[in-house]
Amino acid sequence: MPPTDESLQPVPGAPALTFENVVKKFGDLTVLNDLNFEVERGQRVTLIGPSGSGKTTILRLVMTLESLTGGYIHVDGVPLTHVERGGKRVARRHKDVAQLTRRIGMVFQQFNLFPNMTVIENIIEAPVHVLGKSKEEARTRGKELLEQVGLGDKADQHPSRLSGGQQQRVAIARALAMDPEILLLDEVTSALDPELVGDVLQVLRDLAENTDITMLIVTHEMQFAQDVSDRVLMFDSGHIIEDAQPDVMFSNPTHERTKEFLRAVL
Amino acid sequence: MNWSWDHAAAVLPELLSAFLRVTLLVTIVSSIGAAVLGLVWAIVLREAPKVVAAIIFRILDIIRMTPIPLQLAAIWAFVITTDVEALTVGLIVYAVHYSTYMAESYRAGIESIRPGQWEAATALSMSKGRTWRAVIIPQALRATVPSLGNWAIAMFKDTPFLIMISVPEMVTAAEKYGGSTFSYDEPFILAGLIFLAASYPTAVLMRKLENRLATY
Repeated sequence: MPPTDESLQPVPGAPALTFENVVKKFGDLTVLNDLNFEVERGQRVTLIGPSGSGKTTILRLVMTLESLTGGYIHVDGVPLTHVERGGKRVARRHKDVAQLTRRIGMVFQQFNLFPNMTVIENIIEAPVHVLGKSKEEARTRGKELLEQVGLGDKADQHPSRLSGGQQQRVAIARALAMDPEILLLDEVTSALDPELVGDVLQVLRDLAENTDITMLIVTHEMQFAQDVSDRVLMFDSGHIIEDAQPDVMFSNPTHERTKEFLRAVL
Repeated sequence: MNWSWDHAAAVLPELLSAFLRVTLLVTIVSSIGAAVLGLVWAIVLREAPKVVAAIIFRILDIIRMTPIPLQLAAIWAFVITTDVEALTVGLIVYAVHYSTYMAESYRAGIESIRPGQWEAATALSMSKGRTWRAVIIPQALRATVPSLGNWAIAMFKDTPFLIMISVPEMVTAAEKYGGSTFSYDEPFILAGLIFLAASYPTAVLMRKLENRLATY
């Protein structure tokens, strides 16, 4: 077996996600500078902080939608996009990265369902063509997931026929159909009308309660963050300025910047 | 004008035969060829390494910016000593020429797709190939098909240039009949009507298709 395949195996006991000296620049603008933190397996971590503080960028880096400028991100102890070889930082082969990202799912602010496919086609696309499941198997599981998000009757609709909240629940089902170990939630309720937010959050609360999926969450819904998180990280200008359990973070923050931020949003 | 039903009756079979054997054949075969090739260019322009893409982009520009009669004559001059048939040359030149226009239409269609579609495909670990086939191309086609239809109609109207390589399409047949009988009115009017009779329904059909594609 070639050594690269072996090195993709999860390291026992390693955190689900490790950020090691992560640097991200967009041109001259440094968004993240030497960021270090870990997310343990099964942990629910919410990132809060003012817009522009780099929270979404962190999720996008994990999903490989942005490229790292420096440092490493490890998934289950395995370096995701770059490895160190002979003291040098080298990019991994695309194929290996794709293999590792299968463990990660993402739900987007704008849902990003495929409009040319029906709801069930959206859900079974990757299980069939990426994981190689049979259509029947994927369809059965897809239907179950649709029931779970309360949309059992919408399987054969096109996404354009659904409300924003329904589309977002389909997007959650689509991500879950890949059985991710890690789920990234990027402001999943920010594009929704206020009355549609509740259903989406309820689905996620259920998910947090009934599964052991590791979650990394960016949200402006502070009540939701308090309910589902094990840990809240307060970001400012690309740095973690406070790292605490939700009850401590929301009731008794230590950092002045956090107090200011929470006063503005709560 | 001197309209003679005798001349009209005599020339019509010749015109129809030339229309079916050449004009229609070239339009259909070369349109399909151009539609496939155009899509290939559009994908290559996006996926190929920058230098390769830049070179192909220039080549396509050059093909698009030179007139089709010139291209027919140039290619014909190259192959005239071989036993490649003139009609084959015509089919290839029309397909390649119009593929450069269709590539531009596809490109616009592909660029109109929101980046979130690519990102969702990445988040689902879909391969590049599958992303193109299942997500990008179906959505791009929706935006592109109407203009592909227009290019096909434009190609159809360009077929008389086949005279550059002595392929007897319909207008050449009309010209020939006029030359031998000194009656030009009937063959040319009939040729014009045949063109109209063929392209108008096509345009209507394209509009129908466009409306159908507009609804998911």
